[in-house]
Amino acid sequence: MSQPATMFEKIWRRHVVVDRQDGYTLLYVDRHILHDGSFFAFERLKQVGQKVRRPERSFGTPDHYVPTDTRNVAAISDDRQRLLVTSMARHGAETGVTVFDVGDRRQGIVHVMGPEQGITLPGLTMVCGDSHTSTHGALGALAFGIGSSEVTHVLATQSLWQRKPKSMRITVDGQLGFGITGKDVILAIIAKMGAAGAVGHVIEYAGSAIRALSMEGRLTVCNMSIEGGAKAGMIAPDDTTYEYVRGRQFAPKGAAWDAALNQWRSLPSDDGATFDRELSLAGADIAPMVTWGTSPEDAAPITARIPEPSSAPDIAKREGIERALAYQGLTPGTPIDGIKIDRVFIGSCTNSRIEDLREAAKVVKGRKAAVPSWVVPGSGIIKEQAEAEGLDRIFEDAGIEWRHAGCSMCIGVNGETGKPGERIASTSNRNFVGRQGRGVRTHLVSPAMAAAAAVTGTFTDVRKLLPN
Amino acid sequence: MQPFTTWKAVAVPLGMPNIDTDQIIPGRYLGVTREQQKEGMFRDMRCNEDGSPKPDFIMNKPAYNGAGVVVAERNFGCGSSREQAVTVMLDNGYRVFIAPSFGDIFANNCYQNGCVPAVLPEARVNELLRFLLELPGAEISVDLASQTVTGPDGKTDSFAIDSFRKDCLLKGQDDISLTLSYDKDIAAFESRQKAEVAWL
Ligand code: SF4
Repeated sequence: MSQPATMFEKIWRRHVVVDRQDGYTLLYVDRHILHDGSFFAFERLKQVGQKVRRPERSFGTPDHYVPTDTRNVAAISDDRQRLLVTSMARHGAETGVTVFDVGDRRQGIVHVMGPEQGITLPGLTMVCGDSHTSTHGALGALAFGIGSSEVTHVLATQSLWQRKPKSMRITVDGQLGFGITGKDVILAIIAKMGAAGAVGHVIEYAGSAIRALSMEGRLTVCNMSIEGGAKAGMIAPDDTTYEYVRGRQFAPKGAAWDAALNQWRSLPSDDGATFDRELSLAGADIAPMVTWGTSPEDAAPITARIPEPSSAPDIAKREGIERALAYQGLTPGTPIDGIKIDRVFIGSCTNSRIEDLREAAKVVKGRKAAVPSWVVPGSGIIKEQAEAEGLDRIFEDAGIEWRHAGCSMCIGVNGETGKPGERIASTSNRNFVGRQGRGVRTHLVSPAMAAAAAVTGTFTDVRKLLPN
Repeated sequence: MQPFTTWKAVAVPLGMPNIDTDQIIPGRYLGVTREQQKEGMFRDMRCNEDGSPKPDFIMNKPAYNGAGVVVAERNFGCGSSREQAVTVMLDNGYRVFIAPSFGDIFANNCYQNGCVPAVLPEARVNELLRFLLELPGAEISVDLASQTVTGPDGKTDSFAIDSFRKDCLLKGQDDISLTLSYDKDIAAFESRQKAEVAWL
């Protein structure tokens, strides 16, 4: 018998092209996904005189720069923005890379599109020029974000130079409480380990609470691995995964499906496999979470108060809290439940999938939005499905804007930003200073908590609003 | 890529942890040309909304003029994979970053652009941060071949760097040209995979 191996180790080993003496590995990339920000990498490829080595391994969709109020790309007034959005299709046509352009129902946020199309599969190596590529690990793939030069490298060589990262297992056991979602789980994890807690590591999420999550919940958890500093996050594939993948456009079919499934079943970490680090949380202890500061690690339960800088263990931490609270315009000791907000954004690759929209709609149903609120579905397909279920009516009846697919206010590079000083309850993944626009105060929450904030105009414990 | 051998420059202390790449270059500078992005460096920390400099921000203090090294607390360059965070620093004269830890992608992006992310122990970084505040305009030098950082106090520390990355930096070699010399291995991998994973 060979040594018990982790899932990460198994996938890594299967993708080694060359192992160099100096500890570097040329790792093969099974599937590569691209977005409109990959413009620069395509241009660079031309500059260095290279072709796309395996165009059938790459898939692109514009997301960052697309407007979400219209599908009329020609109407984008900013020349540069229009160039970025339209170049995706042009680069696809030039190189043979498959592109789901604006107007195609499959267009959407790149990390929503990949799993939805069956491009993301268990056991694959995947990269994308975007840090939230960790999302795809939810299906049992090894997926991580890279920079633009590395995107060019992957286009040219279908491989990447890597030093093997360390491994870490985060176990969440027990049952999640009523109203608790994948978003609350990952925010609780990051609050515990810190924004640099997993630097240099690939995380495997395990435990009964993780197993019980739907595919959507798992995607949310893995999405924010990068917010804990991790290179990637993964969850072992199981029946939930296979049910999700089956029948999707780029997933194997027929006899190939059986062969794939057979291989996938051998992926989970072996009993007795060891990890470089372990961390565990009790699922039952997790409450709906809200971030109060300007790093995803600044997260607290809705039942908590804004922290007192004086309670910090050292001066550096105290100054950090003071700086964050000054930017966020918050007073130490204020109960989080009840803090007034100005705006709500439900969307992003963290929380724009059908289940997220259902959870938000459940809270909104029969109520009215107290502040301007947007729902931005993750893809055209999700938009259609939500409309078929009548979710769009629930949002619109409440006065919430129902928009087209894209990254939108998660990053605002398409011009959809908040105003300086606005406090936004957002289902996205980054509460960095200025992330949603200069001077905007972002608070990360789950879709249900965002919906609760929308209908009350304050942070509100969603458990008080949900039908039991 | 410009080879990296040695570097000596004024160092700016950024005494904060978790400085994310959204701070280094805000999102609105991502879609523009490399020339246009130059003014985006630490834009919202550096400038008021009308573009006038914030005198209190350390990079704006005259003593740090012409700086070429950043010293920061843990997790510098975390967050978004935007390579512009490195290129905007490079275009503004910086080639060395010193911190107790870095965002993984930021560090990789440094290697792709001839910059050095040097990890030093937290205690030493704190010491350097103090020195640089007390002696504004002090210089730090880096010698890649010997993998050392020499502070304004004359004390030299070594830092770890993978020999692969070090080699590429010293030669100014970019990854693509190197990888193309492994073309046979990639092709062999692909035919092996085709046989083993027919469904892909
Ligand atoms: S939704 Fe936000 S985090 Fe996700 S890919 Fe788009 S910009 Fe990045």
